[in-house]
Amino acid sequence: MALPILLTKGLIILVIFGISLLIATYSTYAERKVAAFLQDRIGPNRAGPWGLLQPIADAGKLFFKEDFIPSQASKWLFILGPSLAMFTALMSSAVIPFGDSIRFAWDNVNYDVNVQGIEINIGVLYIFGVVSLGVYGVMVGGWASNNKFSLLGAIRAASQNISYEIALGLSMIAILMMTGSLSVRQIVNEQATFFEWNVFTQPLGFIIFLTCSFAECNRTPFDLPECETELVGGYHTEYSSMKLGLYLFSEYINMFVSSAFISALYFGGFHYPFMNEVNGALEKSMGAVTGHNLATAIGFLVFFGKILFFIFFFMWVRWTLPRFRYDQLMNLGWKIFIPLSILNVVVTGAGLLYDFKYSSWLIVVVMTVLAVMSQAKAPKQQVVPQRTV
Amino acid sequence: MLSDFGTLLLFILAAFAFIALVLFGARFLRPDRPNIEKNSTYESGEEPVGNANIQFNIRFYVVALVFVLFDVELVFLFPWATVFGQARLIEATGGRWGWFALTEVILFVVVLALGLAYVWAKGYLDWVKPQPKLPTVETKVPMDLYKQVNERFK
Repeated sequence: MALPILLTKGLIILVIFGISLLIATYSTYAERKVAAFLQDRIGPNRAGPWGLLQPIADAGKLFFKEDFIPSQASKWLFILGPSLAMFTALMSSAVIPFGDSIRFAWDNVNYDVNVQGIEINIGVLYIFGVVSLGVYGVMVGGWASNNKFSLLGAIRAASQNISYEIALGLSMIAILMMTGSLSVRQIVNEQATFFEWNVFTQPLGFIIFLTCSFAECNRTPFDLPECETELVGGYHTEYSSMKLGLYLFSEYINMFVSSAFISALYFGGFHYPFMNEVNGALEKSMGAVTGHNLATAIGFLVFFGKILFFIFFFMWVRWTLPRFRYDQLMNLGWKIFIPLSILNVVVTGAGLLYDFKYSSWLIVVVMTVLAVMSQAKAPKQQVVPQRTV
Repeated sequence: MLSDFGTLLLFILAAFAFIALVLFGARFLRPDRPNIEKNSTYESGEEPVGNANIQFNIRFYVVALVFVLFDVELVFLFPWATVFGQARLIEATGGRWGWFALTEVILFVVVLALGLAYVWAKGYLDWVKPQPKLPTVETKVPMDLYKQVNERFK
């Protein structure tokens, strides 16, 4: 029985890699199409129908480009940097529960195989650790280039990532307190009913988590490590060919993984309203095996719908918000998000003692009231008449 | 029988294989014609000046130090969060477990929050901004309008 299990696991790993690579590839296409849509342009439309072959053309170009390692750079670290970035990005998708389970009958016994790489009881901790390791890829690459732009980009990336990691972790703690488990599947299964989705019980945690995952992925408005107006290309200034490709690709995989993680932690993963009724009806009408698999497939599609929405959201924000200045970024991380997330943990804990899950709303309400009051108190801004040139 | 972490090892191997495949594949496909100009460090097209092992802002270092503190806090909070709501412990202590755990963690977090407040009050979290020099220009726009704009986006 060892070999079939090994083969199944191998197949699942290949499928997960395939899915995350496919999504990452087409994210590059989607990014350009979304940008084009938001800016009222057409976007890539030459390679294949609607430009659908564009990512493949891009990858081909990266493969055939000359790759040079600067003579000042330390060669092995220079190669290690992008490999590490890609490695951590690929590893992080291992524990995401993509769907419920696939059922197959064997000798009249039903076996359920989870649609997930590995179901470990420390999934959240695992993701948290692997994502933190991602800084090393940027840091090593930026330092090894021996270029001033790269070094500054790498340092910025490191200090930005570690600053937002704390708030990210603290907002996860609030969820863990309600679930009492570090397994991602368990957290997803806790959100079976619609109004117990963590986005409703943890609105503040959700906002903090979302913003911090933007910062962790180095996406606009937090893309200071590679901001082209100040640092040329940031940490990948000296990179070319497939090494640059690995860096860019790892960014898109990170985006996919964090979208998946947001949907799993806050939006119920593969759950959707009236899921139990639908599953029951399917199993009744089509048999325990086929019906169950069909229900799993629907859940899988729902989960991917949520993921795709968040990937779109990442792109939407990129073309909506301008980049932060560095001190604003640090202030936001240290002086707003960390105190708020600590407060969130304490208030959630106090609410849980009275079996009240929605206590995080208290902070949101108080903050809204304060904001409205300070807005009302503030002196009316004088309108400067427009001058015609 | 493969344990969960054995599967993880498979994952690691597959990731290594993928990266090796990509890097070596590109190596056999691409041209390789290096010269001195190509291999010099990029500094906006100028001759590179010196080494990149430069001095940088000490604030980055302070941020890293404070981060270590808070990351350790986080490591301690993860196990606490999993036992906080355990029904078995709550029942065994007649409901006092939750209060006990919460008080304990509040004490723990407050000590660290005091550290953050100290760093904040000392101004280690503030980034040193260069003082902008206002250029004097001959213009019809009154100077205080510029000042207003500067004030607004300070």
